[in-house]
Amino acid sequence: MPLLRAADIEKHYPGVRALAGVTFEVEAGEVHALIGENGAGKSTLIKIITGAVTPDAGTLSLDGELLVDHNPQTAKARGIAAIYQQPALFGTLTVAENLALGLEGAGLWRRVDWRERRRRAQELLDRVGARIDPDALAGSLSMPEQQLVEIARALGAKARVLILDEPTACLPEGEVERLFALLAELKAAGVGLIYISHRLDELAQLADRVTVLRDGQYVTTRAMSQVDKPELIRLMVGRELSGESNAPARPAGAPLLQLSGLGCAVNGVHDVDLTIRRGEILGLAGLVGSGRTELARILFGLTPADAGTMAWDGQPVRLETPAQAMAQGIAYVPEDRRRHGVVGPLSVTANTALTVLDRLAKGGLVDARREEDLAVDLGQRLDLRAASIHTTVGTLSGGNQQKVALARWLAAEPELFIVDEPTQGIDVGAKSEIHRILGDLAAAGKAVLVVSSDMPEVLAVSDRVAVMREGTVVGTLARGEATQERILALALGGAEVVG
Amino acid sequence: MKSADRRVLTVAGVLGVLLLGLAVAAPGFFQLGNLRDLIVDNSLVLLPALGMTAVILCHEIDLSVGSIFGVCCVVAGGLAQAGFPMPALLLLIPLLGAAFGALNAGLVVGLGVPSMIATLATMVGIRGALQWFTQGAWVNDLPAGFQWFGLGQAAGQALLVLVAAALWLALSWMFGQVAAGRALYAVGADADAARLVGIRPKAVVSGAFVSLGALAGLAALLSSARFTSIQPSAGTGMELQVIACVVVGGTSILGGRGGLTGTLLGVALLGVIATTLIFLHVNPAWEKAIQGAIILVAMLGARSHSVDRLPAERPVAGRVPGKVVRP
Repeated sequence: MPLLRAADIEKHYPGVRALAGVTFEVEAGEVHALIGENGAGKSTLIKIITGAVTPDAGTLSLDGELLVDHNPQTAKARGIAAIYQQPALFGTLTVAENLALGLEGAGLWRRVDWRERRRRAQELLDRVGARIDPDALAGSLSMPEQQLVEIARALGAKARVLILDEPTACLPEGEVERLFALLAELKAAGVGLIYISHRLDELAQLADRVTVLRDGQYVTTRAMSQVDKPELIRLMVGRELSGESNAPARPAGAPLLQLSGLGCAVNGVHDVDLTIRRGEILGLAGLVGSGRTELARILFGLTPADAGTMAWDGQPVRLETPAQAMAQGIAYVPEDRRRHGVVGPLSVTANTALTVLDRLAKGGLVDARREEDLAVDLGQRLDLRAASIHTTVGTLSGGNQQKVALARWLAAEPELFIVDEPTQGIDVGAKSEIHRILGDLAAAGKAVLVVSSDMPEVLAVSDRVAVMREGTVVGTLARGEATQERILALALGGAEVVG
Repeated sequence: MKSADRRVLTVAGVLGVLLLGLAVAAPGFFQLGNLRDLIVDNSLVLLPALGMTAVILCHEIDLSVGSIFGVCCVVAGGLAQAGFPMPALLLLIPLLGAAFGALNAGLVVGLGVPSMIATLATMVGIRGALQWFTQGAWVNDLPAGFQWFGLGQAAGQALLVLVAAALWLALSWMFGQVAAGRALYAVGADADAARLVGIRPKAVVSGAFVSLGALAGLAALLSSARFTSIQPSAGTGMELQVIACVVVGGTSILGGRGGLTGTLLGVALLGVIATTLIFLHVNPAWEKAIQGAIILVAMLGARSHSVDRLPAERPVAGRVPGKVVRP
């Protein structure tokens, strides 16, 4: 009997099928790896197991016993613990208190035993081999230190099922070794470990079995010793999806923006060499956390580079604020359109005018007539489906909101368009229209940088694909060379490429 | 050293320097009568400041405390006239304050109204209702047993200070040593994370608002007992004074950090400064401006050694800024 069994799990979000009948088991004393591309459904499955998300259908059982009323608290009581990629500690509380809050009961009127808390914290920190002062504020620790505190907390919880979501993503080499030794200890003690990682080499070292998810569906479960890395990549991608680029051929223009040795210590991007040409769509692929969005933010002056150089039309240029980037002719349509891309409570007109207020203004006042003309013109160009240009943007569909976000920047007539996840969460029809708009921009001689986790999308729109891993560009594939396998191999640090 | 501790030490240092300066420049400040008035007056500020500390630690705010104070003063006077004995009032008036606190909690926790807006509404609403109900008339002719609880001025003042001191001690202990007190910090630091470790943030925030209401009610009763008449405008502006004391005392307006030692020092510092201005014959019109300047300076001091960081850029795999501890 498996220790934990998730059977026939289904979960739908509006417009997205996150999980479709996935079954997953973990035995006591086993490390079971869970792999899949971005958006394959790993995170959703984990959230269901930890009780953070309720599935639409399917069952969870522990020791063969059906789990009812599953939520984060009961999951904790049942011995299911998780360590996430991003540590979730209380920054203004001490390490000892952080550990205690996760481990002690929740009664409000109990006395707090600080000496016991400190002693226990010290003991757990010693076990994970972390030299961290239990009285230090968690917020003052580095990310790897916080990760170690999380691991100590899971140790203290005496978890029976321990889920690790990319635990090594921000650990330095020495810490990784120590973590693996710890996991081996836990495994020997009969804990069932679910291990999510994009680092396939780690899995070979650590995991007993591996389950592959793809597009919310269960693909297969294999013994780790029976599969090699190319096979795993093939399973993750799925043969039938491995399409060639289908963008129409466009003659590449002159280099617009050349990056050499570009880096920014704050967000971990380093040594980026990349050329973005006029008249082309450059896809920027890579796993979540590989530095794609961070690179885009550097180019738009949100987190200015502190290393390397940038040249615009051959002239050295510095982009230290978004205002400078805009003046240079750069547009940035951010990933989170609801938060940064559009101003929801304002009308279509007000949104499209936002980037060009100075041009529309006469003597300090915005000319309403010109503002409306602009909105009508852009609405037609993008085939915007809104009741009128006075409609509130927040009430539009995701696809139309994204068109407004694009329209806003079209108005500014930039040379370089950076779009981050341009079609996330929007329907197929709107998606192809947005692809058409991006293609039109390139055809008109603009440079377009498309950051996307959606690999078929990257292949469909890009003239070239640059792949990022661990904060830098590890390779660039031309249209003919780019396939899902090759992109994934680069993104994962595959055998054919030396990172 | 933790930044909260440093804040407390900074405030204590400023207070010490100020007192030393006064000893030289205006020794009259240390006359017994002046000190007694200072302590009695500020005990009445300390009581609501204790509750306000709890509310701010949860990353909420309560602007209605002055209005709750006012209504409790008037009701206390009315009930005393109607012949309610003092012990009954000691129970009823804090309960009335707690009820208003529960109203705030309901708006904030139940309806999800941001506390700044919810308590702005109750602040204006309660004060307006009070003015309408009393038509601005003072409550006079209080029974003899009401003033100083019938104990006489000296004993009454001592009682008032003792109550404030005892509550400060008890709550300080609770904030540090009881899970409910620590829960205030956890909820203020990260309400979602608090829920995941089994704390119910709604219960904790409600508790803070209700406690503040009850403490404002208690302060109102003790304050009313000092005078022979009660004005319906009592407590006007009190919310800002109380918030200022808490914030100057080092409790972070962003929640999750601070405490009652700092609040006591904050009350003492602002109280001493107000009295100092009188002793130095500064035009009273300047008092608020100087208080404002002190709050600004305190905030700047907090910024310079705060562990608050801007929302960090998400670190990228393998390249993490910051120090790494190697075992």
